[in-house]
Amino acid sequence: MSDHIVSSFNEDLKDLASRIVEMGGLAETLVSDAVQALLRKDSGLAERTIEADRRLDEMQTQLEERCILVIARRQPVARDLREIFAALRISNDLERVGDMAKNISKRAQAIEGNFNSKQLALGVEHMAELAMEQLKAVLDAYTTGDLEAVEQVHARDKQIDALYTSLFRQLLTYMMEDPRNITMCAHLLFCAKNIERIGDHATNIAENIYYMVSGDHLPIDRPKKDETDVDLP
Amino acid sequence: MAMEMTAGTVQTQNMTGALPLAEDGVPIKMQAQKVNVHYGEKQALYGVDLDVRKNNVTALIGPSGCGKSTFLRCLNRMNDTIDICRVGGNILLDNEDIYDQRIDVVELRARVGMVFQKPNPFPKSIFENVAYGPRIHGLAQSKAELDEIVATSLQKAGLFEEVKDRLDEPGTGLSGGQQQRLCIARAIAVSPEVILMDEPCSALDPIATAKVEELIDELRENYTIVIVTHSMQQAARVSQRTAFFHLGYLVEEGKTNDIFTNPKDQRTQDYITGRFG
Ligand SMILES: Nc1ncnc2c1ncn2[C@@H]1O[C@H](COP(=O)(O)OP(=O)(O)OP(=O)(O)O)[C@@H](O)[C@H]1O
Ligand SMILES: [Mg+2]
Repeated sequence: MSDHIVSSFNEDLKDLASRIVEMGGLAETLVSDAVQALLRKDSGLAERTIEADRRLDEMQTQLEERCILVIARRQPVARDLREIFAALRISNDLERVGDMAKNISKRAQAIEGNFNSKQLALGVEHMAELAMEQLKAVLDAYTTGDLEAVEQVHARDKQIDALYTSLFRQLLTYMMEDPRNITMCAHLLFCAKNIERIGDHATNIAENIYYMVSGDHLPIDRPKKDETDVDLP
Repeated sequence: MAMEMTAGTVQTQNMTGALPLAEDGVPIKMQAQKVNVHYGEKQALYGVDLDVRKNNVTALIGPSGCGKSTFLRCLNRMNDTIDICRVGGNILLDNEDIYDQRIDVVELRARVGMVFQKPNPFPKSIFENVAYGPRIHGLAQSKAELDEIVATSLQKAGLFEEVKDRLDEPGTGLSGGQQQRLCIARAIAVSPEVILMDEPCSALDPIATAKVEELIDELRENYTIVIVTHSMQQAARVSQRTAFFHLGYLVEEGKTNDIFTNPKDQRTQDYITGRFG
């Protein structure tokens, strides 16, 4: 896309985009660290992750202020306007991703003792890997504007949902087998739910990028929520 | 109606019932079909097709020199006053070709009124400025009727309260914003069906502009309005339809909401967002 006649407007839009990229990078790190803290029971890393999430909140607040300022000063239209709204909404999703990572970190600190089942840990790890891939792919697509990549991210969310559902079943089984597993399993279940939500946020970001680039909404329906939703608070 | 009183002209009753409908079901008040305009050797408009929807505000936007004013002036044959100007194609008002031999141009301009960029009241009293049109068109049978027309026109133009105690003072003594609303009152006074406005707010401050924009929105109920504006925000605020002109071509016309969120043509996008075209 060619440049604005008013070059400072260009700078404004570029600034917003680079803030999103920066937030995205931090959000990815937070998720990765939180999951490592959980799997390795690294309470120090969990602590640092919780701390780092504050930075993400700050960045989101600042970006929001920048967006409002640009709207007030430039009265953007068309693609410019869509870009600014996309930045606002994507930053919101990224901030929520940070919250999910923080929550996983807190649970990592709360869980006592070892995982009784390696399989469970592997399940969580696998889900987390998928969610991080999604996050990375969607953030790349934000920079490139590649709509095909955006649609792929959108379509892949089902896989995370499916993994979550199966993990949910496994955890239930463990809890029923031995009530002493309940605390640990409940924590893991919430962690898995948080990861599943991270996937949802990646999907939201995909939808926002699609609208930003094309001006249309993603033609596909929103991916179906996981089937356990009805049973959970 | 004034039109029926003017002798020897084409029957010009409102034929709303017979108006063609746009794809969204809105009646089309004016239709430009393959309009070409030349000034001498130089071509200013190329095959412009545009439907003007009834009771809508249609905004014409585009870079300087793209032909907006030229197009606007075609709609009430103001171009006739320019010797070197030739207009080709058809322009229909209520399905009738306004360039037809039998059309009375004076009457046409009463039906399709115009408000200009710079407020241009006559060097006469406020009252006379508004009364002039109805008088030459024989719209009033008596002084009382004329008074009535002047008062309602000023009211519709949102100016009556500000000037009712000084109707005898010269129109040129009003502020710029008041003068522009006086010119709108003058245009309304002859009961036009269509009002053309060429950058009506470019000489006004934001408050006066807001008043004129509010007025345009109210006038839409009874009139069809075509407005040329250089302010993208104004086009976005006041119009339902927007037409983007570029180098003499109509590039894109559509719902204002669509044009300002998701224009189809890259040139429109570049123009409204302030990029190089
Ligand atoms: N009276 C005239 N004689 C010769 N050429 C003219 C005349 N009026 C307009 N033109 C030419 O026709 C083209 C379109 O002019 P027009 O005034 O319609 O542009 P516009 O879109 O209204 O521009 P602006 O935004 O500056 O008012 C221009 O190239 C202009 O030079
Ligand atoms: Mg002009």
